Order: sequence, then structure tokens, then C-alpha cells
Amino acid sequence: MINAVGRDIPEEILKATGKEVFQGNHHFDGHVFQRHGANTRCVINSNGSKVVDSIHDVLVKCGIKDGMTVSFHHHFREGDYVVNMVMREIHEMGIKDITICASSLGKAQDELVEYIEDGTITNIQSSGVRGKIGEAISNGKLQGLAIMRSHGGRVRALVTGETKIDIAFIGTPTCDEYGNCRGIGGKSDCGVLSYAMADADYADHVVAITDCMVPFPNFPAHISMTNVDYVVEVDAIGDPNKIATGAAKPTTDMRKLMMADYCTQFVVNTPYFKDGFSYQTGVGGASIASTISLAKVMKERGIRMRFGVGGLTKPMCQLLIDGQVDALLDTQDFDLAAVESVKDLHHYRISAGEYANPFNKGAVVNKLDFVILAALEVDVHFNCNVVVDSNGMITGAQGGHPDTAAGAKCAIVIAPLLQGRTPAICTDVTTVTTPGESVDVVITDYGIAINPRRKDLIEAMKDVDLPFTTIEHLRDIAYEIAGEPQKVEFGDRVVGIIEGRDGTIMDVVRQIKPFEFTEE
Amino acid sequence: MNNPNKKRLRRTMMFLNAQKPGLIKDPYIYKPDSIMLDLEDAVAENQKDAARFSLYHALKTINYRGCERVVRINGLDSPYWKEDIRCSVAGGCDSIRIPKTESAQDVQLVEREIAFAEKEFGRPEGSVLIMAAVESARGVMKALDICESSERLFGIALSGGDYTKDLQTHITGTGIELMGARQNLVIAARAAGVQCFDTVYTDLDNMEGFRQDVETIHLMGFDGKSIINPRQINIVHDIYTPKQKDIIFAEKVVREIDEKKAQGIGVFTVDGKMIDIAFYDGAKRTIALAKASGVYKGDL
Repeated sequence: MINAVGRDIPEEILKATGKEVFQGNHHFDGHVFQRHGANTRCVINSNGSKVVDSIHDVLVKCGIKDGMTVSFHHHFREGDYVVNMVMREIHEMGIKDITICASSLGKAQDELVEYIEDGTITNIQSSGVRGKIGEAISNGKLQGLAIMRSHGGRVRALVTGETKIDIAFIGTPTCDEYGNCRGIGGKSDCGVLSYAMADADYADHVVAITDCMVPFPNFPAHISMTNVDYVVEVDAIGDPNKIATGAAKPTTDMRKLMMADYCTQFVVNTPYFKDGFSYQTGVGGASIASTISLAKVMKERGIRMRFGVGGLTKPMCQLLIDGQVDALLDTQDFDLAAVESVKDLHHYRISAGEYANPFNKGAVVNKLDFVILAALEVDVHFNCNVVVDSNGMITGAQGGHPDTAAGAKCAIVIAPLLQGRTPAICTDVTTVTTPGESVDVVITDYGIAINPRRKDLIEAMKDVDLPFTTIEHLRDIAYEIAGEPQKVEFGDRVVGIIEGRDGTIMDVVRQIKPFEFTEE
Repeated sequence: MNNPNKKRLRRTMMFLNAQKPGLIKDPYIYKPDSIMLDLEDAVAENQKDAARFSLYHALKTINYRGCERVVRINGLDSPYWKEDIRCSVAGGCDSIRIPKTESAQDVQLVEREIAFAEKEFGRPEGSVLIMAAVESARGVMKALDICESSERLFGIALSGGDYTKDLQTHITGTGIELMGARQNLVIAARAAGVQCFDTVYTDLDNMEGFRQDVETIHLMGFDGKSIINPRQINIVHDIYTPKQKDIIFAEKVVREIDEKKAQGIGVFTVDGKMIDIAFYDGAKRTIALAKASGVYKGDL
């Protein structure tokens, strides 16, 4: 069945998943449903500690068995030890057919490929997968279907009960013996635990894993003891050097600076750039540079930002230090400056659900004026791909891309016209992850295209001196330089689905077909 | 031989290593007036042929969208320069930059090879221009001869690194060590009616120092500057592009002089300033520069 972004979703996939095809961003607006509730084991006896000696013991206590779903968060990013530590134990216990429901998976979890190959892990649900797991899925090694869903979409799946977590493992920088978790302190400081909050609410068993036990009460708790069944202390939950690094040096790459400048000029010329505006940006060089240049314009014009959202980095936190923003709403900290900033009174931790879940009574993304995003590919329909690379390999993550693009009044995607020698602006993206109806502007090093749906923005820019053009023209320049790329050839088997944030199917990812050279 | 490109706008001439595909594939997006694809110092001795290969194919296949393509060839004391010229001309370059020029004969030697190459590859005679880089005390003293050496020569450029070595000093950042050469070169170029370009500024971490340097050479009369990074472009263009108030004043001056001349009036005032015919050329130049820089919307 063809969906609203023109992708043909095979009937057998709709049947197997029980899902509908994507029918537009607002298809479920006003939809009423009953929230899922987790099984709760009451702790009334007052002389107990929740501390368990080992991962093995806690798995036994939680009744680990074949076919269960276990969950993890990715606040420790490339420094995470928790996923591997737990899965290694599950593997050694001979458990099979596990579904991993993670907020994201990356290179830190490369060793999981072995467990995918031997059937320990048969299903993966994640924002995306970088590294060897992505290759394994694309090569058809995962028995089940990989589900790639946005940060907001993940919470939706938990809230609706579409995904039921049997055991949630929550790595936490500090914890007390009764399970009060804080994202701050200890040796693996990651600042916030936003992605794990829904897991704590909706999983049947919740296990806190820490390398820094502190006396009760570890308050104010970011994840409360009221949701935690067990606590395990281990030597290390992550590599601090890879969790929050020193702030990236602002880019000196003129191409990125130029795109950042275009972005800032665009932002300040929209009707939304006024006192009290809101803003989110990513962690790429151009995004960070645009935050820095935007701060300058704000200062010159005496304009304050009401709130900034997101995965945060130093330049956003600097706005708070400099008194240019009233509040930061934080779901993830990318550098030490952000981890430090979260101690500020006006730097608030929010859950992934508050941030982006489309199935609650209103998420923060709905209040965004601007979001600045990146993309691997953007097509002439403004659809974006942030998950699958030009070889058809799963290599990235949706993160909050579809959520913020859908919510923000002005969603700007910055992408160089060519990624290496591959056109980033193309006729049809390999895989749709964010629908074109969410994307308002595409900024490249060769020019800027406004989505024709946004007649108001086109009107607002009519006297602005920026290199405006059409998305088709940008595509034509890219093809003129690099040639029109041949379509990636896939096999028949569907190995993954790209889930819309509302749980519908946006697109499917098929198994890689090894490239064969043919004689001409 | 009357190549209209001789007088084109050259505020920024950006050096790029001809061997680096990532650099030479699309430098035009930063909008320098000219790029200088380097076969000389940026390219290692054992990579000269590889650099020529990528240079030739870049010139042949890439649409540089109106940006002038200059090739800096190897020195006339090297075994490479003749083949450098053949490849550049065959590829379709606009100009050749001669390094370490010390005499009119140097320019004429290059001119002869260019003419051979134009014939060999079927390009119109005179289509390839020349610029001469002066990098020594002798070159500075011979500047006027060099400027008048060839019809193809559109300008001369100071190369400060080698020049200061020859002078037994070094680049200080103050410009003191370059004062004489800069002055001499601009005067020679103006006397001969060709353009004159200043040396590179290599400290990319000191953009304020760069700005001051450009302001200095702008006031000295240079037509533009050699640059090494696209980050330097906007600063040069900003300083070299006439400001709106200067353009408006220049327009008034031109119009008033035209009008008053017809009425037989020689001296008068514009916006309280005394104006006579001596201001005419300067005002015309401001408008021409504004036009070439894309900021003039009037009808003069």
C-alpha cells in the first residue's frame, strides 16, 4: 500500500506488524487511547535493600527467559558499557530470542553482532543503529524485523503498550540502595536520564546499574525508587572519556560557516524571530556555528530566546550563562559544558516523552519555533533520510529529527550539496525517515530552497539577499557535478521498518544486495 | 591582442593546491574573484606530474562559474615550467602566474611558451594572460620593466615570504618590512597601467590583523590580495567594495560634472565639497568597481 510519502509498504509487512501506513503528520490528532500500565511488584517490607550482587543474579530475580524484551538508554553514548555487560550475561545463560528496545545503539555495542548471529537477539527496536549492528541488520542477519523509531515515537510505543518491556536496565551515574537514580555525579556523569524515564514508568522490572553508590536519599531523583525493583553496583558503567567530551572547537571550515551564516540570516528574517522565540539545534559543525552567529544577532537586536531544547552543547549553554535565554530544556548532554550547565536553576531536565511523544497531551516540540537539523539525503519532495547511507546500509539514527521537524514552526535542514561524491539533494531519498511535509527549508552550500508549501516563508524572504533557488535546481546542480547516482539495489527481504512517530510505517529497509560489476 | 579580461575585477586571488581534489572541486562557491591553482610550492617535488594531471582534468571538467582560473607554474629555473604551461593551456586556464619574476625576459620566455601552447591546442592567440609574481629585491627594482614586458601581462603580485628572506628580514605582521616593495610595485603597476596584488597573510587565527593588513593595502592602491583560505574572502570584499554612501556621492559627482561642463562651469560643490574635473576619473572608478562587485543598481 502506498503511504503519504509515496512509499509502497508491502502487505506482508503491514500484516506482520499490524501497523498502518503513514497518512500524514496530523492523522492521529485528537486520537483517544488507554495508556498501558506496567506490572508492579509492591515493596512494603521496610527492612529491605534493593541491592543485588550481580547482573546474573538480577536477571534470575527478574525471571529472564527466552523471548523477553529488555531495554536500555544511550546517555553514555560511545562510552556505554551497560548494554554489552547485560547482553553478555544473557548470552552466557543461554537465553534466546531477546528483543532489544534501546533509545539508540552505536559502535559501543558492536559485540552484539555475535549474539544476533547466534539467535540470542532476534529483534531490535531503536532510534537507529550505527556501526557493525547496522551492517548486520542490513545484511539480513537479524531474524526478526528491526524497528527504527524516533525518540518521541519510542515513548509512544511504550505508552500505548505496543512495546512491552520485561526488564529495563538503566545505567545511572549515581544511585542509592533504594534505587533513586541521578544522571549527575559519580565518574560516568552524563547529566540527564531523559530517555530512560519512560522505561522506568512502563517496564515490568526496572534494574538500576551504577558504579557510584551514594547514601539514601539520592535526591532529587531523576528516576525515582518508586519505579525501581533492583540495584546492581558494577566496577564501571562507561568510559567517561567517551560519554561527555570537551566541547568541540567551533568549526573553521568555511563551507560549514557559510551554511551556518545562511541559516542565521534565514532565521532572523522570519516572522518567528522575535523576543521570546524558541530554538533547537543539533551537534554538527554548521548547527553549532549557526547558534554562535545567532547569539550575536540576538545581542545586537536585544532579542531574547524564551527556551532552547534538545541534546545540548556548549554554545546553547553559553546562551544561558550570557543571559540570552530564559530556560534550557534538556534531553541529552553532548559535552562537559552541558553536563556542568545542567546544575543551573534554569536548565531543566525533561523526559523523552515530554520532549517529543506525539501520543501525550502535548510535547515540547510542538512549542518550537525553530529547529536546525542535518540530513544524509533530502529529495525534491523535501523528504529526509537520516538512517540509511548511499550504499543502502543502516548507518544512522532518527533521534528527534522527525519529532522536532513535525513540531517546529520552521524546520531547517542544513546539508552540503554533495556528501563526498554523492549528491545529498536528490530526486528520491533512499529511505524516508522524515516526511517532506515537516521540512520547511533546505540550506546547502550552493543555495537555499524553501518548501513551496510555505508560501508565508517565501513571502517573508522576498527582499532578503540570500541565494534562494528551488530544490529541483539544487538537485540538478548536484547531478551536474557528480552525475545522477544509480539507484541502490536491494534484495527482496525487508529487514527493517522506519516507523513514523505515530507508529505508522514511513518506509521499509531491505536487505543489501552485494554490488556486482557487469561487463558492458 | 586585446583581451577584455585584462582589466577584470580581482579583489581576491585564492591559492589552491592543484593536487587536492577536495579543494579544487568547487572553490567558486565562496565567490573569490580568481583562483590560483598551484603547481609550485604546495606540490612536492615527486608529485609534480600527478598535480598536473588533476589540474588538467579539473580545468577540463569543472564549471568554475565565471571565477578566473590562474595557474601558478613552477619556476623558470626548474625542469617543470614548460610542461606546466602546456597542461594549463590545454586544460583551458585563463592565466599563468610566473613565480620569482626578476626581469622582462622572464615574462617574455613564458609568453613564447604560452603562444606555442595556444597554437598546439587550438586556442585563440592571446587568450591566455600572464601575471608576474615578484619575490626578490632584484624583482622589485625591475618592477616597471616587468610591468611593461608583455601585452598579455595583466598585473604583478608581491610574494612576501621569499622577498623578505632576500631582504634578510622576515614577516613581522606590522608591514614595515614590506613597505618599500609594496610602494614600489604599486607605483610601477600604475605607471604601466596594469594591476597590482598584495602578498598572502598566513595567520588564519588573527582575522583582525588580516583586516588591518587589507585596509592598509587598499589605501596604498593595490587592486587586490592573494589569499590562502576562503575565510579571508569576505573581509577583502567588504573593504574593497564601495560603500553605498560613496557610490551615491560618486554618482552625483559624475552627473554634476557632466552637467556643469555643458554649462561651462569648472568648479562647484557637491554635498559641501569642492569638486572639479580632477574628481571625475576617481568617481567613475568607484562606480565601475561597484558595478563589478555587484552592488551598483544605478544607470551610469
